[in-house]
Amino acid sequence: MNVTLRDPRLDRPGQSHLGFVDCDVHPMVKSGADFDPFLAARWIEHRKTIGGRSRQGLARAATYPRMSPGVGQRMDAWPKDGSLPGSDLGLLREQLLDLFDVSHGLLAPLVGGHTAERNVDFAAAMATAVNEWQLARFCVPEPRLKAAVQITMEHEQSAIAEIEHRAGDRRFVQTNIPPRGIEPLGRHRYRRILAASAAAGLPISLHLGGTSGHPSTGGGWPSFYHEEHPSYVQTMQTLVTSLVCEGVFEEIPDLKVVLVEGGFAWLPALCWRLDKHWKRLKAEVPSLTKAPSEYIREHFWVTTQPIEEPERPADMLSLIEWIGPDRIMFSTDYPHWDQDDPRYAFKVKLPDDWSRMIYRDNAKALYHLA
Amino acid sequence: MSKHIVASVAEIPPGGRKIVTVRGRELGVFNLGGEFFALINRCPHQGAVLCTGELVSRLVSDGPGDYRLARRGEMIRCPWHCWEFDIRTGQSWCDPDSVQARMYAVSVEPGEELAKGPLMAETVPVSVEQDYVVVEM
Amino acid sequence: MTHAPPGAIDCDIHPVLPSVKLLLPHLDEYWREHILRRGLERDSFETNAFPSTAPINARPDWTPAADTVETLRTHLLDPMAPAVAICNVIHGAQMMMSEDLSAALCRAINNWLAKEWLDRDPRLRASIVVPIHSPDLAAEEIDRMAADPRFVQVLLLSMAELPLGRRQNWPIYRAAERHGLPIGIHAGSSFRHPPSAGGWGSTYLEDYVSYAQGMAGALNSLVVEGVFHRFPGLKAVLIESGVTWLPASFWRLDKTWRGVRAEVPWLTRMPTSIIRDHVRLTTQPFDAPPHQAQLDLIMEELGSDEMLLYASDYPHWHYEGADSLPDGLSPDLIRKIAFDNPRATYPRLAVPAIA
Repeated sequence: MNVTLRDPRLDRPGQSHLGFVDCDVHPMVKSGADFDPFLAARWIEHRKTIGGRSRQGLARAATYPRMSPGVGQRMDAWPKDGSLPGSDLGLLREQLLDLFDVSHGLLAPLVGGHTAERNVDFAAAMATAVNEWQLARFCVPEPRLKAAVQITMEHEQSAIAEIEHRAGDRRFVQTNIPPRGIEPLGRHRYRRILAASAAAGLPISLHLGGTSGHPSTGGGWPSFYHEEHPSYVQTMQTLVTSLVCEGVFEEIPDLKVVLVEGGFAWLPALCWRLDKHWKRLKAEVPSLTKAPSEYIREHFWVTTQPIEEPERPADMLSLIEWIGPDRIMFSTDYPHWDQDDPRYAFKVKLPDDWSRMIYRDNAKALYHLA
Repeated sequence: MSKHIVASVAEIPPGGRKIVTVRGRELGVFNLGGEFFALINRCPHQGAVLCTGELVSRLVSDGPGDYRLARRGEMIRCPWHCWEFDIRTGQSWCDPDSVQARMYAVSVEPGEELAKGPLMAETVPVSVEQDYVVVEM
Repeated sequence: MTHAPPGAIDCDIHPVLPSVKLLLPHLDEYWREHILRRGLERDSFETNAFPSTAPINARPDWTPAADTVETLRTHLLDPMAPAVAICNVIHGAQMMMSEDLSAALCRAINNWLAKEWLDRDPRLRASIVVPIHSPDLAAEEIDRMAADPRFVQVLLLSMAELPLGRRQNWPIYRAAERHGLPIGIHAGSSFRHPPSAGGWGSTYLEDYVSYAQGMAGALNSLVVEGVFHRFPGLKAVLIESGVTWLPASFWRLDKTWRGVRAEVPWLTRMPTSIIRDHVRLTTQPFDAPPHQAQLDLIMEELGSDEMLLYASDYPHWHYEGADSLPDGLSPDLIRKIAFDNPRATYPRLAVPAIA
């Protein structure tokens, strides 16, 4: 790979990247106690004693340790008081919102542990708490930040209630659903939750990561984070496959799906593969009235980070063309270790109209951002 | 090209570093076992503040399961994407031929000589009893 | 679609073993009695990964698919005229929970392949069927069958109990490398786990599509765990899992490597360069893009004209007639895919078959 060596005098944010919509920003807590103001006494006690218990061996750490502290944070994003990156709104403004004059930052709170929590009542209480916490600590003091509705997929009633409760509150722009569930997202057991989100006008955001309790690959648990990191992309592909093949979009035609942090270079080849084998196995999925790739083109959006860096940088342009520049939205993933800088993420110059779409217009249209 | 005094030798002990600004550019000045090196404080990948990253060793392995350190603390790891750069050459570990952090020539000069001028001292006060780290830019 | 040139080397065909009963003559007396007492000879042990009656696995004019050499000649060997065809048997034998029963059935399948297929048509070669969850017994079987030069590779599945690169599996690779045998990693799963981290899907279509992601996971595992470092003579052939997904997978793996390789310091080369040196893919199903320009670009992005091996994937239904190659490949590339690359991958093809 040839990386262009840039003149450091060009270090200031360029005009074309100012005012973008960041589709993946991670807020963090100073400590678990931050949720207490939003939890019933019964759940505060639970949090302090039993605590979160997800479907994995380690109680308080990730199954695959990252390469930098704090489950893989950008090393220069730690606040001076030693609290976790993303927990200090001032630093978040300085390193992201103000530096780039970000017009809107879409929060993806990977906190609270509710997505893989085994005690679904606790998970439901935590999801609600995380929603209140996003508002109180981030969206109210900083209106550029937009919340995602947290739910737990394993507690349908509370998930739907939470979505309906937030519907119409423009501080929430999407519903956050973990891509690794107990069952694939297209299965019937999750259908009413997806329908509720669509009815509330909220796209669903599938932010990669997490654990379902199933091995990260169909062939079992890998040994290294070096394998876990690419395995997230495989999960994204099976998720798209499930949503399409189960006929979800026939049943919920206004459902919009955003794939966050899964990259996107794999999407065209997945479309070709789905279309080809659907032709032969059509009879098995009679609810589909058109080719899988057509559902994907209509219902899916992708965010850019961690951006693919093709061996030949110009191949990025054909990739964007194949997916559609109207379906790709820029994201930084601040403050994680593999976050992208809007100035340097693309190693080729994008045509101006594509740049406007990817950095701003696509997200503004999808999320109705003013 | 001119010479700039960026630190006294005592300020950057072996294994230490100092971030300095020379003619508007931030550099990291490193002491590796008594030898000084200066790298631009900017990762060629995505522009992160490279020289504030972790000092790491060169990892050597004969094969799976074999883990050894060599050249202890002679690589700088970018605080963002964990790309590693050789402090002696600026070369990226992964793409040594095509990805490189810019290096600047560094020398150690006695205060006695420097006091005669006409070097640019920046903000470092010069005493004749000490040696100084000097960057050419 | 395009015809493969006559005399091509077909790297993936599936002879059918319709019943365990056919294995009885090929089992030792202990296992013959064991199987009869349990009534297992009445089973087919067909795998869930490849239901034989699913349309994608059963081309109508090839149905019922060949369970004898004579039918195989009529369906494939005479009309398509390959010089060589490699038999890959995907069967429950490979994945029985009892390691010993699994090994016994695999031994019988290999004996059956030699006697009922390889002895009867000099164009046929086979992959050694092994108990995939039992590396030591698999290595024993490799050592046993390697004496027969008509067995040209070791057959594995992309998704088993442990990721393929795990050290517990290394006896298989040590044996394969010792005998100059590539490992052929076929699409599919023994379903000890759901096909993805997202759980069990509903349809065979989802499973079939996911075999590409399963193969990507297997490939990551082999590369990252250092299998090709420890066994530098080893080649892996990815069978029946598509081709066009690979460039995107290259970019992701290389990107991860730049930041995470310190975790696995033996990985001193870019994953893509390791894969280009050690890994080959069979061409059916190819999962071609709709436009020629896209195909051209994908082929450029593969970055090597030595990686693809021709395969008819008989009797699976990916194309009609003899149009077994995707359109739009250059004549030079077709020559490499059909002749040069298979010969370079399978050194045993240079040895004449015993007539």
